[in-house]
Amino acid sequence: MIEMQDVWKEYPNGTQALNGISVQIQKGEFVYVVGPSGAGKSTFIKLMYREVRPTRGHIFVNGFNIERLKDHKIPLLRRSIGVVFQDFKLLPKLTAAENVAFALEVIGLSHKQIRKRVREVLSQVGLEDKMDMLPSQLSGGEQQRVAVARSLANNPAVIIADEPTGNLDPDTSWGIMRLFQHINDRGTTIVMATHNREIVNSMRRRVIAIENGVIVRDEEKGYYGYDE
Amino acid sequence: MMSRIFRHLREGIKNVIRNGWMSFASMSAVIVTLAVLGFSLILTFNVAQMSTDVTSQLEFSAFLNVNATQQTGSAIAAQIKALPGVESVQVISKNEGLAQMKKELGSEMGDVLNAFKQNPLPIQLVVKPADPHQIDRIARQVEEIQGVATVRDPHQLAAAIFRTLAIVRDVGVVFVVALLITSMFLISNTIRITIFSRRREIEIMKLVGATNWFIRWPFIVEGMLIGLVGAVVPVLVLVYGYRSLYIRAKGVFSGLAFPLVQAGDLGVKLAVILLAIGLFIGLWGGVMSVRRFLRV
Repeated sequence: MIEMQDVWKEYPNGTQALNGISVQIQKGEFVYVVGPSGAGKSTFIKLMYREVRPTRGHIFVNGFNIERLKDHKIPLLRRSIGVVFQDFKLLPKLTAAENVAFALEVIGLSHKQIRKRVREVLSQVGLEDKMDMLPSQLSGGEQQRVAVARSLANNPAVIIADEPTGNLDPDTSWGIMRLFQHINDRGTTIVMATHNREIVNSMRRRVIAIENGVIVRDEEKGYYGYDE
Repeated sequence: MMSRIFRHLREGIKNVIRNGWMSFASMSAVIVTLAVLGFSLILTFNVAQMSTDVTSQLEFSAFLNVNATQQTGSAIAAQIKALPGVESVQVISKNEGLAQMKKELGSEMGDVLNAFKQNPLPIQLVVKPADPHQIDRIARQVEEIQGVATVRDPHQLAAAIFRTLAIVRDVGVVFVVALLITSMFLISNTIRITIFSRRREIEIMKLVGATNWFIRWPFIVEGMLIGLVGAVVPVLVLVYGYRSLYIRAKGVFSGLAFPLVQAGDLGVKLAVILLAIGLFIGLWGGVMSVRRFLRV
């Protein structure tokens, strides 16, 4: 599903973000990526949807060979991946339904298909009654649910989440985590970078810890493992 | 497919409207540019037509001494006809010349000519060379014939006008090129502002797997719309303006007896050229502005 072999990344400004990462993530896994700020988590996440290119090494995601991927094939890779961010990345002038529809319009589905799919995924995240509300009328947790619904719209094999609960209070965070759990139960692989100790320690999954650009720990049912 | 085309058109139109003032500024630039270009084109078309017209009917007049008789006139005409390269010589008698002059002056002014007791006009010989390029040589030879008072090339004036028009046209071309570059720059700047205001949308589009062309199209449509509107305005103004001028002048360039290019023909040509250029600079402005932004 996702495989990295000795991946290095040096940014043009000289920052050594990753120094030889090798990892395999199987289909259907739920993986936390933890580590101090600036340790390389974000770079690790961004490599998977080809937001950044590795300086060295091999990366395979959903059968795409990332370092050989032609620019015009990037959209195909991204359609097979759902991405969720800390700041939701919703369009403020579009309603919840339109925000989800936007992702489907982009890949050229018909209006009828779009309407059907939007309803499906919004009910999956429990927001079918708030379809026509603007992001500003929704709470933070609800906004993140819309973002999750959008990431699900294309039926991706993998969902990549970069600190999805970073802007949410603990209760809301748990709601989002249950949603991810639910999605994972249906067979979707989830890779989540997070700083949320409580969640990692109570919802025990595989934990990959990155420090100074290398994997220092990779445990099934691991712990967050950093003191405040 | 169709729904996608409509989507890009809709988004393009939205871009133009959202960015109202900048769009208006770039449209104005295109309008000014294409108006100047269109004006130069009208000039060029007419000059071109006049040039061919003149070369095809190039001829000159030789005037005999005032006291020369009709017989002398015929004799000299025969003499000229015998020169190499002369195609035809037409004799305009004193009376014919007078009648023609009266006609040209119109009924009121023509009466002035009645004041002359005697016909003041000399016999006129209109000489047409077989090859227009030989006209100067033949004119010089005719001038030396006994009994010929003066030789006048009626198109010397025309030639002077052509030269002036050609200069006007060349200056116009320089202007137009400068203006075209300015318009393109303005269009591309306008679109860049739209792109900037939509960068979040573009970012999300990329993340959810939009192709670069899908992202590009609305901005290219925006550019083409600006170019198109910028072309339609000068086309309407110039075609309408030329048409009314043409009708007023009855199809003839005043002073010189050269026919103007027909209004209908010119209108179509002008419209096609200006619209094509408008679309092209809009398209180019669009492509240029999106190019930098779409590096993933």
